[in-house]
Amino acid sequence: MLIRRPPDIPSSEITPERGYLDRRAFIAMAGAAAAVAAVPVLGRDLLARAAGGGSARAGGSGADKPTPYDDITHYNNYYEFGTGKTDPARYAGQLVTSPWTVEVAGEVRKPATYHLEDLLRGQTIEERIYRHRCVEGWSMVIPWNGFSLRNLITRFEPTSRAKFVEFTTLYRPSQMPGQRTDVLPWPYVEGLRMDEAMHPLTMVVTGLYGRPLPNQDGAPIRIHVPWKYGFKSGKSIVRIRLMETQPATTWNTYAPSWYGFYANVNPDVDTVRWSQATERRIGEFFRRPTLLFNGYGDQVASLYEGMDLRKDY
Amino acid sequence: MFLACLAPLAVLVADALTGRLGANPINAAELRTGIWSLTFLTATLAVTPLRRLTGWNALAGYRRMLGLFTFAYVTLHFLTWFGIDEFFSLGEIGRDITRRPYITVGFASFLLLIPLAATSSAAMVRRLGKRWKTLHGLIYVAALGGIVHFVWEVKAGMATPARYALVLAGLLLLRFAPRPLRLRRAAPRPQKQKQLIEPPPLEPNRGLTTLLKIEPNV
Repeated sequence: MLIRRPPDIPSSEITPERGYLDRRAFIAMAGAAAAVAAVPVLGRDLLARAAGGGSARAGGSGADKPTPYDDITHYNNYYEFGTGKTDPARYAGQLVTSPWTVEVAGEVRKPATYHLEDLLRGQTIEERIYRHRCVEGWSMVIPWNGFSLRNLITRFEPTSRAKFVEFTTLYRPSQMPGQRTDVLPWPYVEGLRMDEAMHPLTMVVTGLYGRPLPNQDGAPIRIHVPWKYGFKSGKSIVRIRLMETQPATTWNTYAPSWYGFYANVNPDVDTVRWSQATERRIGEFFRRPTLLFNGYGDQVASLYEGMDLRKDY
Repeated sequence: MFLACLAPLAVLVADALTGRLGANPINAAELRTGIWSLTFLTATLAVTPLRRLTGWNALAGYRRMLGLFTFAYVTLHFLTWFGIDEFFSLGEIGRDITRRPYITVGFASFLLLIPLAATSSAAMVRRLGKRWKTLHGLIYVAALGGIVHFVWEVKAGMATPARYALVLAGLLLLRFAPRPLRLRRAAPRPQKQKQLIEPPPLEPNRGLTTLLKIEPNV
Protein backbone atom coordinates (compact mmCIF):
# COMPACT_ATOMS: atom_id res chain seq x y z
CA MET A 1 0.00 0.00 0.00
CA LEU A 2 1.06 3.53 -0.74
CA ILE A 3 1.93 5.51 2.33
CA ARG A 4 1.34 9.16 1.76
CA ARG A 5 1.27 12.25 3.94
CA PRO A 6 -2.14 13.90 4.14
CA PRO A 7 -2.39 17.38 2.64
CA ASP A 8 -4.54 18.83 5.40
CA ILE A 9 -2.22 18.21 8.34
CA PRO A 10 1.07 19.91 7.65
CA SER A 11 3.97 18.16 9.31
CA SER A 12 4.97 21.49 10.80
CA GLU A 13 1.82 21.31 12.90
CA ILE A 14 2.90 18.13 14.59
CA THR A 15 6.68 18.35 14.51
CA PRO A 16 8.99 21.18 15.51
CA GLU A 17 10.79 22.72 12.60
CA ARG A 18 14.15 21.55 13.82
CA GLY A 19 12.96 17.99 14.18
CA TYR A 20 11.27 18.29 10.82
CA LEU A 21 14.48 19.41 9.15
CA ASP A 22 16.48 16.81 11.04
CA ARG A 23 14.19 14.21 9.66
CA ARG A 24 14.78 15.39 6.13
CA ALA A 25 18.49 15.10 6.74
CA PHE A 26 17.85 11.68 8.19
CA ILE A 27 15.84 10.61 5.15
CA ALA A 28 18.56 11.80 2.84
CA MET A 29 21.12 9.94 4.86
CA ALA A 30 19.02 6.84 5.06
CA GLY A 31 18.33 7.05 1.36
CA ALA A 32 22.03 7.21 0.62
CA ALA A 33 22.66 4.20 2.77
CA ALA A 34 19.67 2.44 1.21
CA ALA A 35 19.07 1.03 4.65
CA VAL A 36 15.50 2.16 5.00
CA ALA A 37 14.56 0.49 1.75
CA ALA A 38 15.97 -2.77 3.01
CA VAL A 39 14.15 -2.79 6.34
CA PRO A 40 11.03 -0.68 5.84
CA VAL A 41 9.43 -1.49 9.16
CA LEU A 42 12.48 -0.69 11.24
CA GLY A 43 13.09 2.33 9.03
CA ARG A 44 9.64 3.71 9.69
CA ASP A 45 10.11 3.22 13.37
CA LEU A 46 13.40 5.07 13.33
CA LEU A 47 11.89 7.79 11.20
CA ALA A 48 9.10 8.30 13.64
CA ARG A 49 11.52 8.49 16.53
CA ALA A 50 13.80 10.86 14.66
CA ALA A 51 10.79 13.03 13.90
CA GLY A 52 10.10 13.42 17.59
CA GLY A 53 12.76 16.06 18.06
CA GLY A 54 12.12 18.48 20.91
CA SER A 55 10.98 17.78 24.44
CA ALA A 56 8.22 19.49 26.37
CA ARG A 57 6.05 21.84 24.42
CA ALA A 58 5.67 25.39 25.63
CA GLY A 59 2.12 26.56 25.29
CA GLY A 60 -0.11 25.58 22.40
CA SER A 61 1.42 23.78 19.49
CA GLY A 62 4.80 22.33 18.76
CA ALA A 63 6.81 19.35 19.83
CA ASP A 64 4.76 16.21 20.08
CA LYS A 65 7.11 13.32 20.33
CA PRO A 66 5.52 10.05 19.24
CA THR A 67 4.92 7.75 22.20
CA PRO A 68 7.01 4.57 21.96
CA TYR A 69 5.34 1.62 20.23
CA ASP A 70 5.60 -0.51 23.38
CA ASP A 71 3.72 2.05 25.47
CA ILE A 72 0.98 2.49 22.89
CA THR A 73 0.51 -1.26 22.70
CA HIS A 74 0.84 -2.02 26.43
CA TYR A 75 -1.09 0.76 28.10
CA ASN A 76 -4.63 1.34 26.99
CA ASN A 77 -8.29 0.74 27.71
CA TYR A 78 -10.11 -1.97 25.83
CA TYR A 79 -12.61 -3.33 28.32
CA GLU A 80 -13.52 -6.19 26.00
CA PHE A 81 -10.24 -7.71 27.20
CA GLY A 82 -10.36 -6.54 30.83
CA THR A 83 -10.36 -3.32 32.81
CA GLY A 84 -6.59 -3.26 33.54
CA LYS A 85 -4.34 -1.13 31.37
CA THR A 86 -2.21 -4.15 30.41
CA ASP A 87 -5.14 -6.54 29.95
CA PRO A 88 -5.59 -5.73 26.24
CA ALA A 89 -1.95 -6.58 25.47
CA ARG A 90 -2.23 -9.74 27.57
CA TYR A 91 -5.48 -11.14 26.21
CA ALA A 92 -6.01 -9.70 22.73
CA GLY A 93 -3.69 -12.20 21.07
CA GLN A 94 -6.47 -14.79 20.90
CA LEU A 95 -8.74 -12.55 18.83
CA VAL A 96 -9.16 -13.78 15.26
CA THR A 97 -9.39 -10.79 12.92
CA SER A 98 -9.43 -12.56 9.58
CA PRO A 99 -11.83 -13.00 7.92
CA TRP A 100 -13.54 -9.79 8.95
CA THR A 101 -16.73 -8.22 7.71
CA VAL A 102 -18.30 -4.84 8.37
CA GLU A 103 -22.03 -4.33 8.08
CA VAL A 104 -23.08 -1.01 6.62
CA ALA A 105 -26.67 -0.23 7.55
CA GLY A 106 -29.25 2.47 8.08
CA GLU A 107 -29.65 5.62 6.04
CA VAL A 108 -27.50 4.62 3.05
CA ARG A 109 -28.39 3.73 -0.50
CA LYS A 110 -25.96 0.84 -0.49
CA PRO A 111 -26.49 -1.15 2.69
CA ALA A 112 -24.40 -4.31 2.62
CA THR A 113 -22.00 -6.46 4.53
CA TYR A 114 -18.52 -5.89 3.20
CA HIS A 115 -15.43 -8.00 3.47
CA LEU A 116 -12.71 -5.90 5.02
CA GLU A 117 -10.55 -6.15 1.89
CA ASP A 118 -13.39 -4.77 -0.23
CA LEU A 119 -13.98 -2.00 2.24
CA LEU A 120 -10.34 -0.92 2.13
CA ARG A 121 -9.90 -1.34 -1.62
CA GLY A 122 -9.00 1.91 -3.31
CA GLN A 123 -8.28 3.76 -0.08
CA THR A 124 -4.91 5.44 0.19
CA ILE A 125 -3.28 4.62 3.51
CA GLU A 126 -1.56 7.63 5.07
CA GLU A 127 0.48 8.08 8.20
CA ARG A 128 -0.99 10.66 10.57
CA ILE A 129 0.54 11.55 13.89
CA TYR A 130 -2.39 12.28 16.19
CA ARG A 131 -2.59 13.34 19.80
CA HIS A 132 -4.73 10.98 21.81
CA ARG A 133 -6.27 12.16 25.07
CA CYS A 134 -7.96 9.76 27.48
CA VAL A 135 -10.76 11.06 29.72
CA GLU A 136 -8.75 9.62 32.63
CA GLY A 137 -6.15 12.35 32.23
CA TRP A 138 -3.34 10.70 30.27
CA SER A 139 -2.34 11.23 26.68
CA MET A 140 -0.15 9.86 23.91
CA VAL A 141 1.09 10.84 20.48
CA ILE A 142 0.33 8.09 18.01
CA PRO A 143 1.54 7.55 14.43
CA TRP A 144 -1.54 5.89 12.96
CA ASN A 145 -1.95 4.55 9.46
CA GLY A 146 -5.30 4.89 7.77
CA PHE A 147 -7.54 7.33 5.93
CA SER A 148 -10.37 9.79 6.45
CA LEU A 149 -13.65 8.17 7.43
CA ARG A 150 -15.44 10.45 4.96
CA ASN A 151 -13.80 8.57 2.08
CA LEU A 152 -15.60 5.47 3.29
CA ILE A 153 -18.93 7.04 4.15
CA THR A 154 -19.39 8.83 0.83
CA ARG A 155 -18.98 5.48 -0.90
CA PHE A 156 -22.08 4.13 0.89
CA GLU A 157 -24.13 7.05 -0.47
CA PRO A 158 -25.81 8.37 2.69
CA THR A 159 -29.41 9.52 2.30
CA SER A 160 -30.50 13.02 3.27
CA ARG A 161 -31.85 11.61 6.52
CA ALA A 162 -28.41 10.52 7.73
CA LYS A 163 -27.64 12.81 10.68
CA PHE A 164 -25.52 10.54 12.87
CA VAL A 165 -23.14 7.62 12.50
CA GLU A 166 -23.02 4.72 14.92
CA PHE A 167 -20.06 2.36 15.28
CA THR A 168 -20.44 -1.05 16.86
CA THR A 169 -17.52 -3.05 18.20
CA LEU A 170 -17.24 -6.81 17.82
CA TYR A 171 -19.13 -8.94 20.35
CA ARG A 172 -17.33 -12.26 20.70
CA PRO A 173 -17.08 -13.36 24.36
CA SER A 174 -15.22 -16.55 23.41
CA GLN A 175 -12.22 -14.45 22.37
CA MET A 176 -12.89 -11.33 24.42
CA PRO A 177 -12.74 -12.31 28.10
CA GLY A 178 -13.96 -8.92 29.32
CA GLN A 179 -17.26 -9.54 27.57
CA ARG A 180 -17.86 -12.51 29.87
CA THR A 181 -18.27 -9.98 32.69
CA ASP A 182 -20.89 -7.27 32.85
CA VAL A 183 -18.60 -4.28 33.46
CA LEU A 184 -20.31 -2.61 30.50
CA PRO A 185 -23.34 -3.48 28.41
CA TRP A 186 -22.03 -5.22 25.28
CA PRO A 187 -21.44 -4.67 22.45
CA TYR A 188 -19.62 -1.36 22.75
CA VAL A 189 -21.32 1.36 20.74
CA GLU A 190 -20.04 4.81 19.89
CA GLY A 191 -21.25 7.49 17.56
CA LEU A 192 -20.68 10.87 15.96
CA ARG A 193 -22.74 13.60 14.43
CA MET A 194 -22.61 13.38 10.64
CA ASP A 195 -20.51 16.52 10.23
CA GLU A 196 -18.02 15.20 12.80
CA ALA A 197 -17.82 11.88 11.01
CA MET A 198 -17.31 13.64 7.67
CA HIS A 199 -14.54 15.90 9.03
CA PRO A 200 -11.24 15.03 7.32
CA LEU A 201 -9.47 14.60 10.68
CA THR A 202 -11.79 11.74 11.66
CA MET A 203 -9.83 8.69 10.76
CA VAL A 204 -10.32 5.03 9.96
CA VAL A 205 -7.24 3.34 11.40
CA THR A 206 -5.73 0.15 10.05
CA GLY A 207 -2.12 0.45 11.19
CA LEU A 208 0.27 1.78 13.80
CA TYR A 209 3.90 2.82 13.28
CA GLY A 210 3.67 1.45 9.75
CA ARG A 211 2.71 -2.03 10.95
CA PRO A 212 -0.70 -3.68 10.91
CA LEU A 213 -2.85 -2.50 13.79
CA PRO A 214 -2.20 -4.74 16.83
CA ASN A 215 -5.25 -6.55 18.23
CA GLN A 216 -5.07 -4.69 21.55
CA ASP A 217 -5.38 -1.35 19.76
CA GLY A 218 -8.52 -2.28 17.85
CA ALA A 219 -7.52 -4.52 14.92
CA PRO A 220 -8.32 -4.87 12.18
CA ILE A 221 -10.18 -1.58 11.80
CA ARG A 222 -10.95 1.21 14.28
CA ILE A 223 -11.91 4.85 14.40
CA HIS A 224 -9.86 7.70 15.85
CA VAL A 225 -11.31 11.14 16.50
CA PRO A 226 -8.33 13.13 17.79
CA TRP A 227 -10.21 16.10 19.28
CA LYS A 228 -12.41 13.90 21.47
CA TYR A 229 -11.68 11.78 24.53
CA GLY A 230 -10.47 8.34 23.58
CA PHE A 231 -13.63 6.46 24.48
CA LYS A 232 -15.35 8.05 21.46
CA SER A 233 -13.05 6.11 19.15
CA GLY A 234 -14.51 2.63 18.73
CA LYS A 235 -12.26 -0.36 18.11
CA SER A 236 -12.63 -3.56 16.07
CA ILE A 237 -15.63 -2.18 14.18
CA VAL A 238 -18.16 -4.67 12.79
CA ARG A 239 -21.03 -2.33 11.99
CA ILE A 240 -21.37 1.22 10.72
CA ARG A 241 -24.94 2.48 10.84
CA LEU A 242 -26.12 5.86 9.61
CA MET A 243 -29.03 7.20 11.57
CA GLU A 244 -31.49 10.02 11.68
CA THR A 245 -31.44 10.21 15.48
CA GLN A 246 -28.56 10.34 17.94
CA PRO A 247 -27.37 6.81 18.75
CA ALA A 248 -27.32 5.58 22.35
CA THR A 249 -23.61 5.27 23.04
CA THR A 250 -22.11 2.99 25.67
CA TRP A 251 -20.42 5.27 28.22
CA ASN A 252 -22.98 8.01 27.77
CA THR A 253 -25.72 5.53 28.60
CA TYR A 254 -23.71 4.03 31.47
CA ALA A 255 -23.08 7.35 33.25
CA PRO A 256 -24.47 10.38 31.41
CA SER A 257 -23.06 12.90 33.88
CA TRP A 258 -19.50 11.63 33.45
CA TYR A 259 -19.42 10.94 29.73
CA GLY A 260 -21.13 13.28 27.32
CA PHE A 261 -22.15 12.29 23.82
CA TYR A 262 -19.81 14.90 22.34
CA ALA A 263 -16.90 14.32 24.73
CA ASN A 264 -14.77 17.01 23.10
CA VAL A 265 -11.48 17.50 24.93
CA ASN A 266 -12.04 20.63 26.99
CA PRO A 267 -9.84 21.80 29.89
CA ASP A 268 -12.58 24.10 31.18
CA VAL A 269 -15.27 21.48 31.53
CA ASP A 270 -14.49 19.10 34.36
CA THR A 271 -16.17 15.77 34.34
CA VAL A 272 -17.55 14.69 37.71
CA ARG A 273 -14.78 12.17 38.07
CA TRP A 274 -11.75 13.97 36.74
CA SER A 275 -10.44 17.48 36.40
CA GLN A 276 -9.65 17.88 32.71
CA ALA A 277 -7.40 20.93 33.12
CA THR A 278 -4.17 18.96 32.83
CA GLU A 279 -2.96 15.66 31.50
CA ARG A 280 0.03 13.39 31.85
CA ARG A 281 1.66 12.65 28.54
CA ILE A 282 2.85 9.06 28.78
CA GLY A 283 6.61 9.14 29.25
CA GLU A 284 6.67 12.61 30.82
CA PHE A 285 7.02 13.44 34.51
CA PHE A 286 5.15 16.72 34.74
CA ARG A 287 1.52 17.16 33.86
CA ARG A 288 0.91 19.47 30.93
CA PRO A 289 -2.03 21.77 30.33
CA THR A 290 -4.81 20.22 28.30
CA LEU A 291 -5.77 22.10 25.14
CA LEU A 292 -9.28 22.84 23.95
CA PHE A 293 -10.27 20.28 21.29
CA ASN A 294 -6.95 18.58 22.12
CA GLY A 295 -5.19 21.31 20.15
CA TYR A 296 -7.25 20.77 16.97
CA GLY A 297 -9.46 23.82 17.54
CA ASP A 298 -8.38 25.55 14.31
CA GLN A 299 -9.76 22.66 12.32
CA VAL A 300 -12.83 21.65 14.31
CA ALA A 301 -14.08 24.54 16.48
CA SER A 302 -16.41 25.67 13.67
CA LEU A 303 -18.37 22.42 14.02
CA TYR A 304 -19.60 23.60 17.40
CA GLU A 305 -20.35 27.24 16.71
CA GLY A 306 -23.29 28.47 18.74
CA MET A 307 -23.24 25.43 20.99
CA ASP A 308 -22.80 25.64 24.76
CA LEU A 309 -19.87 23.32 25.31
CA ARG A 310 -20.65 23.17 29.03
CA LYS A 311 -24.11 21.84 28.34
CA ASP A 312 -23.17 19.66 25.38
CA TYR A 313 -20.00 18.26 26.87
CA MET B 1 6.60 -9.42 60.50
CA PHE B 2 8.00 -5.91 60.34
CA LEU B 3 10.01 -6.83 57.26
CA ALA B 4 6.97 -8.48 55.67
CA CYS B 5 5.07 -5.23 56.09
CA LEU B 6 7.87 -3.39 54.31
CA ALA B 7 7.90 -5.84 51.39
CA PRO B 8 5.19 -4.10 49.30
CA LEU B 9 7.14 -0.87 49.53
CA ALA B 10 10.38 -2.61 48.62
CA VAL B 11 8.73 -4.20 45.58
CA LEU B 12 7.28 -0.84 44.57
CA VAL B 13 10.66 0.88 44.81
CA ALA B 14 12.39 -1.95 42.95
CA ASP B 15 9.79 -1.90 40.17
CA ALA B 16 10.02 1.87 39.93
CA LEU B 17 13.79 1.75 39.59
CA THR B 18 13.74 -0.99 36.95
CA GLY B 19 10.90 0.53 34.94
CA ARG B 20 8.44 -2.23 35.70
CA LEU B 21 5.59 0.06 36.67
CA GLY B 22 4.41 0.26 33.09
CA ALA B 23 3.79 3.21 30.82
CA ASN B 24 2.19 5.33 33.52
CA PRO B 25 4.35 4.66 36.59
CA ILE B 26 2.94 7.48 38.73
CA ASN B 27 -0.58 6.19 38.32
CA ALA B 28 0.61 2.64 39.03
CA ALA B 29 2.26 3.81 42.27
CA GLU B 30 -0.95 5.54 43.32
CA LEU B 31 -2.94 2.41 42.66
CA ARG B 32 -0.53 0.13 44.50
CA THR B 33 -0.14 2.28 47.61
CA GLY B 34 -3.91 2.64 47.69
CA ILE B 35 -4.47 -1.10 47.50
CA TRP B 36 -1.89 -1.73 50.22
CA SER B 37 -3.44 0.94 52.43
CA LEU B 38 -6.77 -0.86 52.31
CA THR B 39 -5.11 -4.23 52.78
CA PHE B 40 -3.25 -3.11 55.91
CA LEU B 41 -6.35 -1.39 57.23
CA THR B 42 -8.32 -4.60 56.82
CA ALA B 43 -5.54 -6.62 58.44
CA THR B 44 -5.48 -4.22 61.40
CA LEU B 45 -9.22 -4.61 61.88
CA ALA B 46 -8.96 -8.39 61.59
CA VAL B 47 -6.56 -8.75 64.53
CA THR B 48 -9.09 -8.69 67.33
CA PRO B 49 -11.71 -10.96 65.70
CA LEU B 50 -8.96 -13.38 64.74
CA ARG B 51 -7.57 -13.36 68.26
CA ARG B 52 -10.97 -14.10 69.72
CA LEU B 53 -11.60 -16.80 67.21
CA THR B 54 -8.31 -18.58 67.70
CA GLY B 55 -7.47 -17.64 71.25
CA TRP B 56 -4.02 -16.71 69.99
CA ASN B 57 -3.52 -13.67 72.14
CA ALA B 58 -0.03 -12.92 70.90
CA LEU B 59 -1.69 -11.52 67.78
CA ALA B 60 -2.73 -8.46 69.75
CA GLY B 61 0.88 -7.40 69.85
CA TYR B 62 0.86 -6.86 66.11
CA ARG B 63 -2.18 -4.65 65.98
CA ARG B 64 -0.42 -1.38 66.60
CA MET B 65 2.28 -2.16 64.07
CA LEU B 66 -0.28 -3.03 61.41
CA GLY B 67 -2.18 0.13 62.22
CA LEU B 68 0.92 2.24 61.87
CA PHE B 69 1.81 0.55 58.60
CA THR B 70 -1.69 1.37 57.39
CA PHE B 71 -1.00 4.98 58.19
CA ALA B 72 2.40 4.79 56.49
CA TYR B 73 0.93 3.40 53.24
CA VAL B 74 -1.95 5.89 53.28
CA THR B 75 0.58 8.68 53.75
CA LEU B 76 2.63 7.33 50.84
CA HIS B 77 -0.54 7.12 48.77
CA PHE B 78 -1.34 10.74 49.59
CA LEU B 79 2.21 11.92 48.93
CA THR B 80 2.40 10.12 45.58
CA TRP B 81 -0.70 11.98 44.53
CA PHE B 82 0.12 15.35 46.08
CA GLY B 83 3.89 15.38 45.69
CA ILE B 84 4.45 13.53 42.43
CA ASP B 85 1.24 13.42 40.42
CA GLU B 86 0.12 16.97 41.13
CA PHE B 87 3.66 18.12 41.97
CA PHE B 88 2.70 20.00 45.16
CA SER B 89 0.12 22.11 43.38
CA LEU B 90 -2.04 23.23 46.30
CA GLY B 91 -4.54 24.88 43.99
CA GLU B 92 -5.01 21.72 41.97
CA ILE B 93 -5.47 19.39 44.94
CA GLY B 94 -7.68 21.95 46.67
CA ARG B 95 -9.97 21.92 43.65
CA ASP B 96 -9.91 18.14 43.52
CA ILE B 97 -10.65 17.76 47.24
CA THR B 98 -13.60 20.12 47.09
CA ARG B 99 -15.04 19.05 43.76
CA ARG B 100 -14.40 15.38 43.35
CA PRO B 101 -16.37 13.33 45.86
CA TYR B 102 -14.06 10.31 45.76
CA ILE B 103 -11.10 12.52 46.59
CA THR B 104 -13.06 14.37 49.30
CA VAL B 105 -13.84 11.09 51.02
CA GLY B 106 -10.34 9.70 50.56
CA PHE B 107 -8.71 12.83 51.93
CA ALA B 108 -11.09 12.96 54.90
CA SER B 109 -10.28 9.35 55.74
CA PHE B 110 -6.58 10.17 55.62
CA LEU B 111 -7.13 13.08 58.02
CA LEU B 112 -9.07 10.80 60.38
CA LEU B 113 -6.10 8.46 60.64
CA ILE B 114 -3.71 11.20 61.76
CA PRO B 115 -4.96 11.46 65.38
CA LEU B 116 -4.97 7.67 65.59
CA ALA B 117 -1.33 7.44 64.56
CA ALA B 118 -0.46 10.29 66.90
CA THR B 119 -2.04 8.54 69.91
CA SER B 120 -0.63 5.11 69.21
CA SER B 121 2.13 5.15 71.81
CA ALA B 122 1.72 3.20 75.05
CA ALA B 123 1.97 6.47 76.96
CA MET B 124 -0.93 7.95 75.01
CA VAL B 125 -2.98 4.80 75.50
CA ARG B 126 -2.48 5.11 79.24
CA ARG B 127 -3.11 8.81 79.30
CA LEU B 128 -6.35 8.71 77.33
CA GLY B 129 -7.75 5.71 79.15
CA LYS B 130 -11.27 4.94 78.04
CA ARG B 131 -11.33 7.85 75.62
CA TRP B 132 -8.60 6.08 73.62
CA LYS B 133 -11.05 3.38 72.67
CA THR B 134 -13.65 5.90 71.57
CA LEU B 135 -11.11 7.87 69.57
CA HIS B 136 -9.75 4.79 67.85
CA GLY B 137 -13.25 3.80 66.82
CA LEU B 138 -12.57 6.32 64.06
CA ILE B 139 -10.70 3.58 62.25
CA TYR B 140 -14.07 2.11 61.26
CA VAL B 141 -15.14 5.43 59.79
CA ALA B 142 -11.82 5.69 57.94
CA ALA B 143 -12.24 2.13 56.65
CA LEU B 144 -15.71 2.90 55.31
CA GLY B 145 -14.31 6.07 53.76
CA GLY B 146 -11.49 4.11 52.16
CA ILE B 147 -13.93 1.67 50.59
CA VAL B 148 -16.17 4.48 49.31
CA HIS B 149 -13.08 6.24 47.91
CA PHE B 150 -12.15 3.05 46.02
CA VAL B 151 -15.68 2.31 44.79
CA TRP B 152 -16.12 5.83 43.49
CA GLU B 153 -12.68 5.87 41.90
CA VAL B 154 -13.16 2.92 39.56
CA LYS B 155 -14.91 3.62 36.28
CA ALA B 156 -16.63 0.29 35.90
CA GLY B 157 -16.04 -3.18 37.24
CA MET B 158 -16.66 -3.36 40.96
CA ALA B 159 -15.08 -6.76 41.62
CA THR B 160 -11.98 -5.61 43.52
CA PRO B 161 -13.63 -2.86 45.61
CA ALA B 162 -16.47 -5.27 46.33
CA ARG B 163 -14.04 -7.84 47.76
CA TYR B 164 -12.65 -5.28 50.20
CA ALA B 165 -16.16 -4.09 51.07
CA LEU B 166 -17.24 -7.65 51.76
CA VAL B 167 -14.33 -8.36 54.08
CA LEU B 168 -14.89 -5.10 55.91
CA ALA B 169 -18.61 -5.82 56.24
CA GLY B 170 -17.74 -9.21 57.71
CA LEU B 171 -15.37 -7.64 60.22
CA LEU B 172 -17.94 -5.03 61.21
CA LEU B 173 -20.49 -7.78 61.67
CA LEU B 174 -18.17 -9.68 64.00
CA ARG B 175 -17.71 -6.59 66.14
CA PHE B 176 -21.11 -4.97 66.17
CA ALA B 177 -23.68 -7.57 65.19
CA PRO B 178 -26.42 -8.72 67.56
CA ARG B 179 -24.88 -10.75 70.30
CA PRO B 180 -25.54 -14.31 69.04
CA LEU B 181 -23.57 -13.60 65.87
CA ARG B 182 -20.77 -11.81 67.60
CA LEU B 183 -17.53 -13.48 68.50
CA ARG B 184 -16.80 -13.79 72.21
CA ARG B 185 -13.51 -13.60 73.83
CA ALA B 186 -11.80 -16.95 73.39
CA ALA B 187 -9.89 -17.04 76.62
CA PRO B 188 -9.40 -14.73 79.55
CA ARG B 189 -6.23 -12.78 79.17
CA PRO B 190 -3.77 -11.94 81.89
CA GLN B 191 -4.47 -8.48 83.24
CA LYS B 192 -0.92 -7.28 82.75
CA GLN B 193 -0.85 -7.95 79.05
CA LYS B 194 -4.14 -6.24 78.57
CA GLN B 195 -2.91 -3.04 80.12
CA LEU B 196 0.30 -2.97 78.20
CA ILE B 197 -0.88 -3.92 74.79
CA GLU B 198 -4.57 -3.37 74.54
CA PRO B 199 -6.78 -0.56 75.70
CA PRO B 200 -9.81 -1.42 77.82
CA PRO B 201 -12.24 -3.86 76.19
CA LEU B 202 -15.10 -2.59 74.12
CA GLU B 203 -18.15 -1.70 76.11
CA PRO B 204 -21.25 -1.61 74.01
CA ASN B 205 -23.33 1.52 74.27
CA ARG B 206 -20.23 3.73 74.37
CA GLY B 207 -18.99 6.22 71.86
CA LEU B 208 -18.30 3.81 69.05
CA THR B 209 -21.75 2.41 68.69
CA THR B 210 -23.29 5.84 68.85
CA LEU B 211 -20.81 7.00 66.27
CA LEU B 212 -21.74 4.28 63.83
CA LYS B 213 -25.44 4.62 64.54
CA ILE B 214 -25.78 0.96 65.31
CA GLU B 215 -28.29 0.07 67.98
CA PRO B 216 -26.50 -1.51 70.90
CA ASN B 217 -27.84 -4.85 71.80
CA VAL B 218 -27.87 -5.13 75.59
